[in-house]
Amino acid sequence: MESSTQNKQLMLGNKAVARGLYEAGVCFISSYPGTPSTEITEEAAKYDEIYCEWAPNEKVAMESAFGASLAGRRSFCAQKHVGLNVAADPLYTMSYTGVNAGMVIGVADDAGMHSSQNEQDSRHHAIAAKVPMIEPSDSAEAIEFTKLAYEISETFDTPVLLKMCTRVAHSQSVVSVSERHVPEKKYEKNIAKYVMMPGNALKRHPFVEERTKKLTEYAETSPLNRVEMGDTSIGIITASTSYQYVKEVFGETASVLKLGMTNPLPEKLIRDFAAKVDRLVVVEELDPIIENHVKALGIPCEGKNVLPIIYEFSQNLIARALGRPVPEGRTLDTQIPARPPVMCAGCPHRGMFYTLKKNKVTVLGDIGCYTLGAVQPLGSIEMTLCMGASIGAVHGFNKILGKESEGKTVAVIGDSTFMHSGMTGLANVAYNQSNSTVIILDNSITGMTGHQQNPTTGYNIKGDPAGKINLEALCAAMGFERVRVVDPYDLSACDKVIKEELAFEGPSVIISRRPCALLKYVKHKAPLKVNTDKCVGCKSCMQIGCPAISIKNGKACVDNTLCVGCGVCSQLCHFSALEAGEEE
Amino acid sequence: METKNIMIVGVGGQGSLLASKLLGHLLLTQGYDVKVSEVHGMSQRGGSVVTYVRYGDKVYSPVIDFGEADFIVSFEALEAARCLPYLKKDGIIVTNTQQIDPMPVITGAAEYPEDIIGKMKATGAEVDAFDCLSAAESVGSSKAVNIVLMGRLSKYFDIPLSDWMEALNAVVPAKFIEMNRRAFSLGREAE
Repeated sequence: MESSTQNKQLMLGNKAVARGLYEAGVCFISSYPGTPSTEITEEAAKYDEIYCEWAPNEKVAMESAFGASLAGRRSFCAQKHVGLNVAADPLYTMSYTGVNAGMVIGVADDAGMHSSQNEQDSRHHAIAAKVPMIEPSDSAEAIEFTKLAYEISETFDTPVLLKMCTRVAHSQSVVSVSERHVPEKKYEKNIAKYVMMPGNALKRHPFVEERTKKLTEYAETSPLNRVEMGDTSIGIITASTSYQYVKEVFGETASVLKLGMTNPLPEKLIRDFAAKVDRLVVVEELDPIIENHVKALGIPCEGKNVLPIIYEFSQNLIARALGRPVPEGRTLDTQIPARPPVMCAGCPHRGMFYTLKKNKVTVLGDIGCYTLGAVQPLGSIEMTLCMGASIGAVHGFNKILGKESEGKTVAVIGDSTFMHSGMTGLANVAYNQSNSTVIILDNSITGMTGHQQNPTTGYNIKGDPAGKINLEALCAAMGFERVRVVDPYDLSACDKVIKEELAFEGPSVIISRRPCALLKYVKHKAPLKVNTDKCVGCKSCMQIGCPAISIKNGKACVDNTLCVGCGVCSQLCHFSALEAGEEE
Repeated sequence: METKNIMIVGVGGQGSLLASKLLGHLLLTQGYDVKVSEVHGMSQRGGSVVTYVRYGDKVYSPVIDFGEADFIVSFEALEAARCLPYLKKDGIIVTNTQQIDPMPVITGAAEYPEDIIGKMKATGAEVDAFDCLSAAESVGSSKAVNIVLMGRLSKYFDIPLSDWMEALNAVVPAKFIEMNRRAFSLGREAE
């Protein structure tokens, strides 16, 4: 991920945050993986001086980091934008308690939805929770701002949100590194500060409002916010990656107010800047948060009237919106077929989705690689909302439709997502007794975000042995009498189990268990061979949407570089034309 | 120097991260400011992947926009064509001739366009198409496609071969270095 000439290195934004955490003397990190935030914690785990862990979800991670701060060591937790919703509960009250040692909360937004189910703007959380938010615009700032965030946290007695976005998190730029320094504090019992029952919280709320005033004063002179005066015919207020696009388009031909701290926002700094320029424009991705602040100060400005409120920005988009020349691209007069992401060859989820489709089952889905079960030709999943929602949804669906949907509807949820927020949904099914079948797709890893361990895998973030939660025992303890385990590579076994559990009157769980085919310890079989004498080109094997199978010259064709020999396709062939390959 | 732009495009899993790592290292040693923007997460699952490499005196944006790419380096012919709108007027496409069918083609919902390289040339674009997969297989690993492509790309740069080799040493594990040197040479020296 990096290269170096002397101290200068090319470093990924998320790795730079990890470096900043190291240099700031952070001792404890607890996170739940989520693109584009995952590498912060993965990279930090490479420093032996920092204790790092994957928590079951973002709420637990944040509460654990809070405990570490209380104990007197600097702490951190990271999540993607939607993860902060899960952790919103501790966040909003930690705003009241404040911290002991500094605590910073990383949140990575995904404008453009490269790998997310929505593109919410997490700046709203900073405003609503009344905590400061800091936004670096490249890797060098990611190190510098992370360290500064801890100073702010301890000076103002507040958790600090460090906001990344996909283009800052996943871009490499040049940084210099420095040494680690570990400040330590003592834990002292302080019931009035740390026990948020009404009597105490009533006294802490005025503290929060007073703190926001002080932070606003700090914002006026903070090194996080800076003015770069150039041509004064146009003045642009911007932050994060948008700053980079603005500089790319305008260079010195515009004046820029770059905000590194986007909550709370300064007043005098903005007024002074606005007074110096002829035309004032706010350039910010997603919601008009800075723009609304400027307007509330009574300063006329442009923003979302010329720039979009959706998707991510680029230099051409900003140039076009603000009347600057844009280079012309070439166009090809040919339809280019799309190349959407697909389930990998050998993916254990494929056999289960094929079986569900074959049995015409309504599938309510969840968040993970298996969301691709909604894509053709499987086209099996009919709903995906957020982490854990499949189980809540199947319960409500069956309660309303009764016989109409029971026996024909399932929830599917991955092992990691189940640990994250599926357990409480399952408790509801067990408690309020809906006739629902829940399928846990246990591929023994958190797959989508790039293979992170979780409480069911038996290993920790460093790959060392750890506690391992037994899913069968857990479901049994919740009161499920029927917990079936099936190998999704075995289509007839899948078919039998699904038919039986859907026919059963009452709640049941099916654990579809087979490790992700991309895991290093998973041994692959030789690629299958097509017996072209037997193959009639009926395309039965194509129903599972495996990227390793295609039809060439009227016969099935297996791509040797992709096929892992899982054999699911051969179970669909009526002519035994897909034969096991010879092992080397 | 004005910022120069290299796009590396392909199909998830083809090894574009190593190619961008090599270029990032090389360009930093040449004294440039460099930014490299990658794609992680869902897009990697067999979908189109795009990496941006930008270098110059001072680089701001981490991404490359339509009409800006000096080079499009492509692991797969269709992906080169998909990114054609990004090519600068006098930009160059350096592409592997390999064709990998996307799922809509596999399922029969769409067709892989015929003579896609010819069609790109017909727009007036300079296209250097080369069978990198065969070259990689001839040195012993289909995974060396990325290094063959880098060798091919190196022809268009005024950077000494020794600097490319040093960058290769820095990013490739020692036990694979000989194979990758041969892969690089095949890309650089073939017609």
